[in-house]
Amino acid sequence: MTRVLALVLIALIAVLFALSLLIGPAGLSPATSLAALIRGEGLAETLVMREIRLPRAILAAMIGAALGLAGAAMQGYLRNPLAEPGLLGVSGSAALGAVIALQTGFAAHFTLGLPLAALVGAVLAVGLIIALAGPRGGALTLILAGIAVSALAAALTALVLNLSPNPFAASEIMFWMMGSLADRSMTHVWLAAPFIALGAAVLLAQGRAFDALTLGEDSAASLGVNLSRLRLVLVLAVASMVGAATAVAGAVGFVGLVVPHILRPFVGARPSSLLWASALGGAVLVLAADIAVRLVLPDRDLKLGVLTAIVGAPLFLHLVYKTRVQGL
Amino acid sequence: MALRRASNALAAALAFWGGVAVAGPPERVVSINLCTDQLAMLLAEPGQLVSISRISHDPNVSVMREEALRYPINHGQAEEVFALAPDLVLAGQFTSSYTVGLLRRLGVEVAQLPIVTGLDQIPGAIREVGRLLGRDAHAEMLAAEFSADLAGLRADPDRRPRAALHYANNYTSGDKSLANDILTAAGFANIALEAGLSGGGTLPMERLLMLMPDLIISGQHYPGASRSESVLTHPAMNALRDRHSGSALSDAEWVCGTPAVLRAITRLQEAGE
Repeated sequence: MTRVLALVLIALIAVLFALSLLIGPAGLSPATSLAALIRGEGLAETLVMREIRLPRAILAAMIGAALGLAGAAMQGYLRNPLAEPGLLGVSGSAALGAVIALQTGFAAHFTLGLPLAALVGAVLAVGLIIALAGPRGGALTLILAGIAVSALAAALTALVLNLSPNPFAASEIMFWMMGSLADRSMTHVWLAAPFIALGAAVLLAQGRAFDALTLGEDSAASLGVNLSRLRLVLVLAVASMVGAATAVAGAVGFVGLVVPHILRPFVGARPSSLLWASALGGAVLVLAADIAVRLVLPDRDLKLGVLTAIVGAPLFLHLVYKTRVQGL
Repeated sequence: MALRRASNALAAALAFWGGVAVAGPPERVVSINLCTDQLAMLLAEPGQLVSISRISHDPNVSVMREEALRYPINHGQAEEVFALAPDLVLAGQFTSSYTVGLLRRLGVEVAQLPIVTGLDQIPGAIREVGRLLGRDAHAEMLAAEFSADLAGLRADPDRRPRAALHYANNYTSGDKSLANDILTAAGFANIALEAGLSGGGTLPMERLLMLMPDLIISGQHYPGASRSESVLTHPAMNALRDRHSGSALSDAEWVCGTPAVLRAITRLQEAGE
């Protein structure tokens, strides 16, 4: 079952990745696109394929995987299906860190300044949320803490951008809150990739601990899971992935909520399998959403978060309703 | 009710006071728009212009910054402008309608000048500001001088190199824009017209690259950082500049319809050579 799921998800990623490379305002034929991408035929065509479309497709897959995996990990640790980096303000806090790094010039003077500052923002948010919600992650505390952290991060992001001497900065509040992959470059791929890869590797290695945790903390501890170490690893790894993803693409919400929810039945609700499945599923979702924004409004920069929210918010309401019926 | 009556009385008194002042040339002129600032500084009598907009002190967009530093600045808000007791306020066509409306209700005469969208409108704009300031003769001289200088500069080569105007957010200017006129006068063809853009609009970077312009004229970078401006130095644009296109900068001289555009044309012609 899980092997079939993995193959289906990988096949979907391959198809969507290819589509993402073939769609764009330049209107190149698939043959021309491939010749330009692989053999570098034609200066303009090669630049379009290698410097504009390739980084966009890579970033969509990478950021989707990061957000899907981060969502699954937070849900596994807190044993709460409502946990998600966007909803809990982790993405928003990462965006605040990124905006501060950009506007103070820290990002310009130090290459890794941008993702590191976003990581710091994300660490503070995840740390605060987990400290507030406690290991059992009561739904009400979790969501309320998330609302407070999101609102504060959004307000401070708006403040920093409004204070900027740059005439364009204030109009970019939308980008930081909704996310977009338009006109990103290979530079952004190289900035985000190491942090996302490191976070993913660390989290995927914790599968057994997450499985044990489904039996309760005491049982998990008796099975040899070091809970305080697991918490530290989770905070740092989630922050590293969400921070890097947000630093280059803005805060894209709901990916970490929708993907684990859809995939959970297919992996027999095993957190360890859900981790890698959600990484693959997140890549599928963001690649598809990024293709959709280009098809719906080709010449305008429709934000990615608009589409993920249209899919994700009704699901979130459904989950809130279900949680309410079960009693908070 | 009493408050409204009081404010009506105040407005009437102020309108009367304003009406008396417009009999001769205005004695206290306040400009709240970058472009009217520049025309007013060129044309006003000493002491006639009492305040200009804050933006005129910004070296990024103001071509007359040194001159502008000699004038006190305002922030274009009705309250502070009113406190300067002007008998004429110069504003732009798109200056906040609330500000303009409030000033007019307070009895202040506000002249709104249209945006200049072509080189041939500049002499008219100079004469209009001259008329408002009561400096017609001076304006006539400046307008004639501008027209003569422009005629001397205008290039009409057989083969026009193709230029791309690339601003933040991939914005560009098509026909019926001052930037397009500057390009044309300097002897270039604007690729935005090939792409079918009229007026201003966005030209996706992919399409700009496919059009392979001979010259890329980039918008300038403002202080602070923005994602909007990051397209100006996107690796694909840098690569096109390195391997194919020449580069030039669209700066303060391109912003307003004033004689400064002549310098923009000259610099562009030098970049093309």
